[in-house]
Amino acid sequence: MTATPSSTEEAVGADRADTAASTKKVGRLGGHGISQFTGTDRRVFLAMLLIPLTVHVLIVWVPTILSIGLSLTKWNGIGLDTIEWVGVENYDQIILGAFQTDFFQAVLNNVWLLLFLFFGPTLLGMFLAYLLDKNLRGSRIYQSVFYTPVVLSLAVVGFIWQNIMYDQQYGLATWAFGGGEAVDWLGNQEFVIEFGGYGLSKNFIAILAAMAWRHTGYIMVLYLAGLKSVDVSLKESASLDGCNEWQTFRHVLFPTLKPINVIVVVITVIEALRAFDIVYVLNTPRNTELLSILTTDNLIGEGADNIGRGSAYATVLFALCIGFVLWYVTNHYRNQESSV
Amino acid sequence: MTDIVKPSPSPSEVGFVLGRRSVLKGAVALGGAVALGGTLAACGDDDESSEAGSGGEAASGTLRVGSNYSDAKPNEALKAVLDAFPNEDVTIELNEVDHNTYQEQIVAYMQDPPDDVAPWFAAYRLVPLASAGLLMDISDVWTNSLDDILSEGFKQASTYDGKQYLVPWTFYSWGIHYRKSVWDSIGATPPETYEDLLALCAELQGQGVTPFAFGNDGRWPAMGTFDQLNFRLNGYQYHVDLMAGNESWTDDRTKEVFARWAELLPYHQENPNGREWQDAAQALIDGEAAMMTIGNFVGDIFPNEDLDDLDFFPFPVLNDEHGTDTVEAPIDGWVVVAEPENEAAAKEVVAHLGTADAQNTFLSIAPGVQAPAEGVDTSAYNALQAKSADLVQNAANVTQFLDRDTLPAFANEAGQAFADFMSDPFNIDAILEDLQSKAEALL
Repeated sequence: MTATPSSTEEAVGADRADTAASTKKVGRLGGHGISQFTGTDRRVFLAMLLIPLTVHVLIVWVPTILSIGLSLTKWNGIGLDTIEWVGVENYDQIILGAFQTDFFQAVLNNVWLLLFLFFGPTLLGMFLAYLLDKNLRGSRIYQSVFYTPVVLSLAVVGFIWQNIMYDQQYGLATWAFGGGEAVDWLGNQEFVIEFGGYGLSKNFIAILAAMAWRHTGYIMVLYLAGLKSVDVSLKESASLDGCNEWQTFRHVLFPTLKPINVIVVVITVIEALRAFDIVYVLNTPRNTELLSILTTDNLIGEGADNIGRGSAYATVLFALCIGFVLWYVTNHYRNQESSV
Repeated sequence: MTDIVKPSPSPSEVGFVLGRRSVLKGAVALGGAVALGGTLAACGDDDESSEAGSGGEAASGTLRVGSNYSDAKPNEALKAVLDAFPNEDVTIELNEVDHNTYQEQIVAYMQDPPDDVAPWFAAYRLVPLASAGLLMDISDVWTNSLDDILSEGFKQASTYDGKQYLVPWTFYSWGIHYRKSVWDSIGATPPETYEDLLALCAELQGQGVTPFAFGNDGRWPAMGTFDQLNFRLNGYQYHVDLMAGNESWTDDRTKEVFARWAELLPYHQENPNGREWQDAAQALIDGEAAMMTIGNFVGDIFPNEDLDDLDFFPFPVLNDEHGTDTVEAPIDGWVVVAEPENEAAAKEVVAHLGTADAQNTFLSIAPGVQAPAEGVDTSAYNALQAKSADLVQNAANVTQFLDRDTLPAFANEAGQAFADFMSDPFNIDAILEDLQSKAEALL
């Protein structure tokens, strides 16, 4: 079932040509179709291709490549003439040298976050969506309640978690789980799971809870939209065939949600990699670093010699993201092609 | 973004940079010279309010002044000072920037400054900006008006590479703050030696009072305690050398600091890493905790009616060789950007800000700090301000603060190491080894 690279290309090419053809209302096109268009058409195509491409390159790839370049330098951010080329020294420092504990703990935290987002908020969001799809009384209210965290501004989120939920003395979390004692939710950096100096710290778990609070609503809305669009007759025929609730979900509903699953996977992975805001507003103590936090910590302030190091962290983050995207795009097109 | 998390009047969450040798000299000179200037402030007279900034004709036009005074009292006080600027031909526009944002963006701000005059810090933190040519040399302002009304120590703290870049504006000192009424009721008196302090702590704890209020959210408050223990134990020069990377964090003398700190830690509020300093100070206000190692700015969050009850004493003697010869007193001031649009007005305004007149107006509204100019009305100081000013003027050495005395990136690492220590005091050897490897990479 695996397609060869050449057939993938052909398929994508044919796909594009088909789209073009249908807009032009010309008949069937082969693989060498551009010559069949008029000059105006070609100019329009060219403009439609080049303008977005230029914008994209200018605002995405130029800064990206400059950042990668900066990661090979030592620079305090003041004046371009002070940029000093140091080769891979920054990478050496963060991966093998003095900063490796921060770096590997941050990478590990990104991994925890990814695992957590899949097994926590994603499953929970799917479950909530399934329940809400059953037209319970007041389901709109539930929807709004679960979705609210997604639309709150960062300022409010920071305030809610730092001052209302996780206050040591008077926080809601302290009141609910503290048993009358003060609890240092965000400051307790002890590891719960530990191996060789790295691990999962208590305060990072507290931060994960805050992330789940927001991510669940997001996932829920996506699945809810998917479930609403499932043909009712599918469910009816499933029940006529004697499927129980779980079997209906597992074998009938879930397969029809495939497009949503794809989106959720992408959103979750990207979110786990680029997660920043909630962690940043709650990140005071240690062991809650993420790659994005290390990047920012090295870029803001009145500068030292650390813009190069910040860029090195950013480059590692970029490599992880682009690696996932490449892998994903390749696989996605392959599967699509092979299923046609 | 960060302003919603923890606005702080503190010695800054974001670090600063040191250019080693040149500033070391400045800092040393600051120490000695502040002592010389000791008597000056006490006998000031008020006829010094000359505005001779650039020396020549009076300035006119519009001047933009940046402000990072985002707390209510200082902000109001600064406006009052600028409103009272005597040259009416100059219109001053105040550009208010959030305190943390200002520090995070200082490099960008200074490279394309929207304002001509801007707030900044003394000593080491001048170096990266001054050495990059982002600040204007205002030595002429010093020659024309400030030399007469500021002591040599403040001048050194404003100097980089032989030129002056800053007009000192306010300072405050660090010490152990407490409520007199609370101490009277439990019969405690300020301890003079470390042994007395330990005994007092044990006694307080026996009475059910937490000896030390402590909140380390933001990671800088612990730096204050570290600095005190370090220069009491090892002296001023060791502090300077350690900050510059010339002494080691794995040295026995450094480890001794943490050994003493580990003795004191059980007498501090538990779980400091997740507590903001304001919450810790609230425990002090409420009498739940007996004392707190913090800067005088703690007074800013005391209710006005309790302000008279607030007092402080220098951190007790740990080593007779050094006694209490060092005071930690960060200095804030004003700089002129490298290419101001209205140079004449900018110089005239900073010269004015250096005068006792301007500083008196400021202090009358924002009494959490002290001011450096000769002629500042010290009789209007409350007891705490007077005590602090007296300590600073009689100190043999003055430090700025850990995150003002070393590279910002390193100060950040030190802050994290201290947080690790709070969390796991027994792991200190590994923590210090890690910190030393960072010091070697950064300093």
